[in-house]
Amino acid sequence: MAGLDLTVAAGECFGLLGPNGAGKTTTIEILEGLTPSDGGAVELLGVPWRDGAAGRALRERLGIQLQETQLADKLTVAETVALFRSFYSRSHTVDEVLALVELEEKRGARVSTLSGGQKQLLAVACALVSRPELLFLDEPTTGLDPQSRRQLWEIIRRFKQAGGTVLLTTHYMEEAERLCDRVAIMDHGRVIALGSPDELIASLGADQIVEFAVSDGTTPPGLETLPGVKRVRPGTDRIALTVAQVHRAVPALLALVERQGAELSLLTTHHATLDDVFVALTGRQLRND
Amino acid sequence: MTEHPLYQLTVTRMREFYREPEAVFWVFGFPIVLAFALGLAFRNSGPGELNVGVAAGPGDSALVALLDASPQLGAAILDSATARLRLRTGRIALLVVSGDPVVYRYDSTRTESRLARLEVDDVLQRARGRTDPALVRDERIVEPGSRYIDFLIPGLLGMNLLGSGIWGVGFSVVQARQKKLLKRFMATPMRRSHYLLGFILSRLVFLFVEVVALVGFGYLMFGVGVRGSVLTLAAVTIFGALAFAGMGLLVASRARTIEGVSGLMNLVMLPMWILSGTFFSYARFPDAMIPFVKALPLTALNDALRGVMIDGVALTSLGPALAIVAGWGAVSFVVALRIFRWR
Repeated sequence: MAGLDLTVAAGECFGLLGPNGAGKTTTIEILEGLTPSDGGAVELLGVPWRDGAAGRALRERLGIQLQETQLADKLTVAETVALFRSFYSRSHTVDEVLALVELEEKRGARVSTLSGGQKQLLAVACALVSRPELLFLDEPTTGLDPQSRRQLWEIIRRFKQAGGTVLLTTHYMEEAERLCDRVAIMDHGRVIALGSPDELIASLGADQIVEFAVSDGTTPPGLETLPGVKRVRPGTDRIALTVAQVHRAVPALLALVERQGAELSLLTTHHATLDDVFVALTGRQLRND
Repeated sequence: MTEHPLYQLTVTRMREFYREPEAVFWVFGFPIVLAFALGLAFRNSGPGELNVGVAAGPGDSALVALLDASPQLGAAILDSATARLRLRTGRIALLVVSGDPVVYRYDSTRTESRLARLEVDDVLQRARGRTDPALVRDERIVEPGSRYIDFLIPGLLGMNLLGSGIWGVGFSVVQARQKKLLKRFMATPMRRSHYLLGFILSRLVFLFVEVVALVGFGYLMFGVGVRGSVLTLAAVTIFGALAFAGMGLLVASRARTIEGVSGLMNLVMLPMWILSGTFFSYARFPDAMIPFVKALPLTALNDALRGVMIDGVALTSLGPALAIVAGWGAVSFVVALRIFRWR
């Protein structure tokens, strides 16, 4: 971790975005007071981390979900929540928090019988049971099915609407774009970009991506000079153009290919995403799946 | 009260235990099975007949008839090869070779053989006309507490307290560490002392069940009673359970994997199983080893348990033994707290 300087405002949803191994979990665990930092200062809700009673008082105000925790298999959902709620002085009741994550039906089910998505909802329930002011979520939706993922997004959105502050890590750019007011893109232990998703996408200088491939696999010359094209990035099986105006760039591209006597084997366009920002900054894809 | 973290942590520990059928068997069922099997195998039916051989030769059948007439002895004529084999394999305790002098051939380190020698000699000398100058009368008594099962039940109780303390605490701590549950708890305002106390309290609840099950079984099945006060027995077992829970915490304080902690547990428990007089008296070990053996917590606990159950000793005279048990527990607990790996 090097030269990390972040401020998360109250009521904001802040995302740490980056590939696996970028240092997101280390960063969030330093913030959570679980991993000692080898320098620098961390303040949560205006309070620095302290041992003993002051630390416990601060933890009363936090809700934390860790990436790798496996909750006890032999306990039921309600027993697990009851255990966690006993640690906090002004917590939700078991029923309230199960309603928040829509797990009421699984109240009496053993943790071992839950699906991956339900286990994750339970982990978030254990984080929400403290009525936190600040909620930490470390890769909350990694490995989840699309339905569970949407369910979790909804829970996070409701928490934020009620005035809560969220700090989450993810390697899904879509998740960051949907949930986060601001994101920090991390790579190799440092922040390489910081801002709202819209600002970061706008920093590309253009908001559309055109990807194409020519059937003979060559790269036509003169792509840079096509109207509206800001950037040309050859990839392994396709060439990506960052363009400002698709309606001008695409006809010009088609005309160029035709002049070369070549034929297109692929042509797609999409709105630029944080993934494209990451690629523009590092030359690598954010994720491979 | 049910909202107190200590209550929640304690019932969580209990639920995790009694919802694991294997663990329940090893803690409650196994000692009873063991007591039953050993109680049957070593029930006191008296020493029975001692088998002796008479070397084939002149006068052998008269000698056999004479020895066989004694209710303590069973005699047979054997040729020298058979006699040697049976003597070596322990099927006869002694071989008598008639002649002048009469020869007794036997292994003097075997208790049975020495008994047989006394008995054979007695029969033989009387038959040859010895008269006993002193008049004696045998008064046979059956002393309660002198049977093997009376010795065994307190030992099994001690062994059970050791096992369930170290296994019960050790495995669940390491499992929680391995599953990152400990780390998750560290992310809450939970007090560390509450977490550890939860283990201790749940141990005390299970202790009650363990003691009642094993002592009750011994009483109903074999008539093994508690001569001392039940309260003293309760106090001694609580000392033992707390000490072994402390040792369980120490064993589990650093280990990251179940495999790692299993090795440590065996290292701690195996010597005590053998040395601490669970199945046989530790007095059999060489004198030089006895001070070391007596310093082990299970030895001290077994001695205290036998003191209460067999000899009816009062709590006040168990001080030295309980001090050893408590010392082990206190030192383990303090060291465990110091070096405990919470992540």
